[in-house]
Amino acid sequence: MLTGAYVPGRSVVHRAPAGAKLAVLAVACTALVFARTPLWVGVAGAVVVALYVLARVGRRAAWGQLRPLRWLVVVLMVIQVLVADLPTAVTLTARLVLAVALAALVTLTTRTTDLMAALERGLRPFRRLGVDPARVSLLMSLALRSVPVVAGIAGRIREARWARGRERSVRAFAVPLVVGVLRHADAMGEALQARGLDD
Amino acid sequence: MIEVDGVTHRYGDRTVLRSVSVTLTEQRVGVIGANGSGKSTFARLLNGLVLPTTGSVTVDGLSTRGRSGAEVRRSVGFVFTDPDAQILMPTVAEDVAFGLRGLPPSSVASRVAEALSSFGLDGHADHPAHLLSGGQKQLLALCSVLVTEPKVLVCDEPTTLLDLRNTRRILALLADLPQRVVLVTHDLDAVLAMDRVLVFDEGRIVFDGVPAAAVDFYVDLASR
Repeated sequence: MLTGAYVPGRSVVHRAPAGAKLAVLAVACTALVFARTPLWVGVAGAVVVALYVLARVGRRAAWGQLRPLRWLVVVLMVIQVLVADLPTAVTLTARLVLAVALAALVTLTTRTTDLMAALERGLRPFRRLGVDPARVSLLMSLALRSVPVVAGIAGRIREARWARGRERSVRAFAVPLVVGVLRHADAMGEALQARGLDD
Repeated sequence: MIEVDGVTHRYGDRTVLRSVSVTLTEQRVGVIGANGSGKSTFARLLNGLVLPTTGSVTVDGLSTRGRSGAEVRRSVGFVFTDPDAQILMPTVAEDVAFGLRGLPPSSVASRVAEALSSFGLDGHADHPAHLLSGGQKQLLALCSVLVTEPKVLVCDEPTTLLDLRNTRRILALLADLPQRVVLVTHDLDAVLAMDRVLVFDEGRIVFDGVPAAAVDFYVDLASR
């Protein structure tokens, strides 16, 4: 859910160090795996809601992060009801939603630069294996930045396809999308060079 | 001083610049010409984004080729036509800070705040860059380049995607800069304020002189 959707604020959650938030997120997601009863999932849900209240990020921002999950939730619920039972379906789906909600809360309350700095620190021990932490964190930042750009390219192609009456053509969508993304990658490489990244 | 000496540039079999030689010492240089005339390649030569197939480019005595290329890129800022291609970080402040990596965090924070304030973007510091308007994105692109204090600024059609109001805003900002500016543009009004204007056609400089005469020459060339 990392889409560069930071919501500025001064809450306790905002002020917590990025590394600590990532560590808590990892522990919480692991703990969610063991929450197998509706009671524990309910408790976990209450904690997540409390954290959102504490973070004061607003309903719209929170929903913006969870909204893309809605169809997956429906599909998952239906499948689980068919292969298991309703309590299992609710528990399993709720765990997924809560894990995503927690990850989204980290994104909403942490600047990308802070997240990347934490990632860089976390990757330092891997230098011995030839990993360049600065490059990895830059790569992550560029990936985040590219999400809205690629979405914009896809939106423009969809409009063009509609305007030319080819709204059902997969080829008329996929080919220009790939070309557009490659062009963007090329332009981004040039911009990195222009801003001194190869130095 | 920027010296372009006998530069030819080819992309594969296609020759886009043919034996271009020019020395630029003026504070404001305009570059005009038809699409595909070689203007953008010429602009990219000036900070080493493109290296000449033959010939050489030097900026204040430093070649864009070899070890000095990195120093040239630091001293020559480049603004692209499409700010979406230039903005590299997810939020406004992070993008401005990108060019200052390596400096102490406190110094970066103060320089970013100062730069955003001078471009009227201080209220947008933590906003996602992709949510800015087209004009604001180009302001951000300009701000992110200028925060590194380059000696020369090369702008490749920076107003092509902008409306009249934002075009005027960007041009006014460029006019007030202490840096030397090389402006590639299709906006003939904009080049009238330059000290010198180059007209490109089919990879060659076909006119080099004062703005009014350059515009007359280009209009005549375009109507042939």
